[in-house]
Amino acid sequence: MKAADPNSPLVRVARRYRFSASHRLHTDLLSAERNREVFGKCNNPCGHGHDYVMEVILEGRLDPSAGRLLPLDLLDEFIRRVWLSQVDRRNLNLELDEFAALVPTTENLAVVAARRLQEAWPHWFGAREARLERIRIRETRNNIFEVMVPQAGQRGMESHEVIVEGRRQGA
Amino acid sequence: MLLTRRIEFSASHVCRRPDWSEAENRAVYGEESSPRGHGHNYVLEVTLEGDPDPVTGMVVDLKQVKAVLEQEVAGPMDHRHLNAEVPPFDQVVPTTENLAVEIWRRLEPHFRNGAARLRLVRLYETEDLYVEYEGR
Repeated sequence: MKAADPNSPLVRVARRYRFSASHRLHTDLLSAERNREVFGKCNNPCGHGHDYVMEVILEGRLDPSAGRLLPLDLLDEFIRRVWLSQVDRRNLNLELDEFAALVPTTENLAVVAARRLQEAWPHWFGAREARLERIRIRETRNNIFEVMVPQAGQRGMESHEVIVEGRRQGA
Repeated sequence: MLLTRRIEFSASHVCRRPDWSEAENRAVYGEESSPRGHGHNYVLEVTLEGDPDPVTGMVVDLKQVKAVLEQEVAGPMDHRHLNAEVPPFDQVVPTTENLAVEIWRRLEPHFRNGAARLRLVRLYETEDLYVEYEGR
């Protein structure tokens, strides 16, 4: 694909996906009592689940011949293969390596999603103009978490870059 | 301060380039390239930026914003076939991206000299797909 014209429009395209997963918020760094205080109902030993809604937001200059930042069928296939197939109907604590030692809050889930998608991106879409711009995950209707994906040359993603737009129930 | 006005309009379209093969059209536009067209309930969110007037407490008269959106977007596009009835989409493929850019071009001149400037256009084609354009 040819390099984008710097005068062509810079657009963001957001695509929404859904997945359902269970988790338990607990850390061995804290006492059982402190875990209950910090995580509230989310510390229930048997866990619980959510129907997550994830927005994948891309940015780039439009190729004027297509007028489409990225073929959506390809984007959907990428997200299905790299992310949904790993998390949908899964136990996040037990089935995602990152959460062996990391609490699967939706803050951390957004960071993990952004990192995995960013790592796989060049292989799928490296030659294209579109880049991953941010990931937004809705845990419930009331809690939404968003993380910016750093551009090449920027410092890496850190948990403090997570913008918490809602408050976790029980926390 | 930012304020956002939302409107809905319904329109049909086809995303397809006549100079491309069937395979090329399918690869880029997927089902959107289905030749006889289909429709969407578009949702448009228009975000303006400005300071509230000290007397009225308003950034902008929303009646005027509503009138501009009616004149430039809902009037020409609601219950229309974009390719057949709404230039430049007789020449330009009416993807969500191109439609968002075209809506910006239509709206932006109305907000150059007043108290509020156009900051962002967000166009939902479906609940699961939207495009944002900030005129850059």
